[in-house]
Amino acid sequence: MQAVKRIGRYAFERFESLFDTIFGVQHNPLYHLGALGWFFYWIVAVSGIYLYIFFDTGVHQAYESVEYLTYTQWYAGGIARSLHRYASDALIIVMLLHLLREFMMDRLRGPRWFSWVIGIAILWLVFACGITGYWIVWDKLAQYVAIASSEWLDSLPLFGQSIARNFLHDSTLSGRFFSLMVFIHIAVPLILLFILWVHIQRMTQADVNPPKALALSVFAALLVLSLIYPAESQGPADLSRVTSSVGLDWFYMAVYPLIDLFSGLTVWAMAGLATVLLFILPWIPRKKTSLAVVDLENCNGCSRCALDCPFSAIAMRPRSDGSPFAQEAVVLSSKCVGCGICVGACPTATPFRRHSALIAGIELSDHPVMQLRQQVMQTSEGLTGSTRILIFNCATGPDLGALRDNATAVLTLSCIGQLPPPFLDFIITRGFAEGVLLTGCREGDCHYRLGSRWSKQRIARERDPYLRERVPRERLEIFWAGVDQSSELSSRLRAFRQRLAQLDPVRAKGRPPDPTEAAAENA
Amino acid sequence: MLKLAGQLAAFALFALAVGYFSASPQYNYMAADKALIKMNFSHAGQPTQACRKVTQAELDQLAPNMRKPMDCPRERVALLVEVKINGESKFKRAVPPSGIARDGAATVYEKFELAEGTYAVSVAMRDSRREQGYDYIMQKEVSIEAGQVLVIDFEAETGGFKFL
Repeated sequence: MQAVKRIGRYAFERFESLFDTIFGVQHNPLYHLGALGWFFYWIVAVSGIYLYIFFDTGVHQAYESVEYLTYTQWYAGGIARSLHRYASDALIIVMLLHLLREFMMDRLRGPRWFSWVIGIAILWLVFACGITGYWIVWDKLAQYVAIASSEWLDSLPLFGQSIARNFLHDSTLSGRFFSLMVFIHIAVPLILLFILWVHIQRMTQADVNPPKALALSVFAALLVLSLIYPAESQGPADLSRVTSSVGLDWFYMAVYPLIDLFSGLTVWAMAGLATVLLFILPWIPRKKTSLAVVDLENCNGCSRCALDCPFSAIAMRPRSDGSPFAQEAVVLSSKCVGCGICVGACPTATPFRRHSALIAGIELSDHPVMQLRQQVMQTSEGLTGSTRILIFNCATGPDLGALRDNATAVLTLSCIGQLPPPFLDFIITRGFAEGVLLTGCREGDCHYRLGSRWSKQRIARERDPYLRERVPRERLEIFWAGVDQSSELSSRLRAFRQRLAQLDPVRAKGRPPDPTEAAAENA
Repeated sequence: MLKLAGQLAAFALFALAVGYFSASPQYNYMAADKALIKMNFSHAGQPTQACRKVTQAELDQLAPNMRKPMDCPRERVALLVEVKINGESKFKRAVPPSGIARDGAATVYEKFELAEGTYAVSVAMRDSRREQGYDYIMQKEVSIEAGQVLVIDFEAETGGFKFL
């Protein structure tokens, strides 16, 4: 499984690099697949509302009203119909890509199972919306879909009466059935909207709106497609004739040929098995997550951790320990993914502290800041030369083992957002290294959603906790590297070292804490 | 300029994929020169056992509100359905009643693909406890053309099988 994910991730990142070049990082559609899905949903919803105004639910009137929209009112109804269809198809594309990408990037484990599992339910609902939509047009394709779908449903031993009987003959077909289908075609998208809302509940600042330029571009593409190649019906349905050949919408109906090849129950079993497999993927194999823990003695209830948590895993509650602060941070363990971004946001996570043990208000249970300080100091001791560089990277980023040498050390964090800005100050002003290079996931695509963004903003003094002004920025380098960008990272490191070599030597301020002292604190 | 061309190419490719696969390629699920006979009906068979008069001794053992003079088992017989086309048996099956208590109607849904032409179609069904023979039989010569759908329906109230 991990090998598949490694290959998949590499493949995705190759495409992402290409798209970064074409679209720029900010507008790369592969970074906004979920948001594009929302955008297509709204196009479908708005165009659907317009179509519904003119749609008639009678057996014969349904087809006629769609024909009226398509041809007589081509300038509005026809375009709306085409946009309705094409945006629905585009929704399937981005939804499946989104699912595949999240799987390959391993973004479904731990508490992220919630969004994944809800997402699988969304798959079924989107397909139900699409199928019922094709059904109510009542053309030849609708006839095929109606008969094939009802035969498939009939294969389940759930219904007393055969549903396929409704489509046996004109005499058995009722206009009321169309009313029912239209009701379903409106009700299911409304349920879908609710489920979509649940899908993003565990995310802070969920990306539900693609960048404006990207949204306008894809809309323009669909509009041009609608004008050049408008969606049309495939001739009126006629139950006395077999529709032996139909133009399937393969985005929604790829499963239908399977129904013709195998028995209905076999296809249900295949669909059920695929769904169950998708449902259990977050737990294969099981992964232990290190949780954030709050130390109330050091928590002043500033709420920065809660604001920075990308997964709404920290709640601010009334103080419970009698201290004079109004609030305290509480980690919701069922939502915590162990990224440590909250630690990076904590103002008490400062390595300069010497008069008391270094314990931050919020810590990662398996990687406390005291241990991180010790790692920095011990690693620095092993470096030689006048251009010593400490690299901080993410556990999910590329493997940087090859970059290690006498003058370069690598410290791996859960997420780059775990690094509190005072550590950069500490390393440079206390002379533990001449330069610090921060790297992590590729630009615009943090594994933990907001880690690299918050890091950049903290260093740029746009987000609290700010990196102090006294830290010389020319001694910091940031390069967000994907797994396919190791050689670019090496080049960047060489250039950074050359730059450092031209700078005046660092004058260490203050007494660097003694590593043995820090070790004693740990003990 | 190169970036713009790349973007245009990407959006064009996306639109092309959406437009093409939204209705193509055509799916041929049945040969165009074939016709179809569909048989579909739901019908409840007779109970597997006749009603029995309950003896006074048995009634006395029941609670007053449970004392019904007749004991009628709910389970129904499976329908035995056979379709012959030009004398050749194409379908012969015992169709079980629906429901956990097996007391519901049995449903038959079957399709027969045929070439254009004239056929002697015979449909028979047994819905009683008899061991031999059928309770309903329809024999008819039908002509069907390519692409046509002929429906075999059943309504006990109107005499049994019929073509739609």
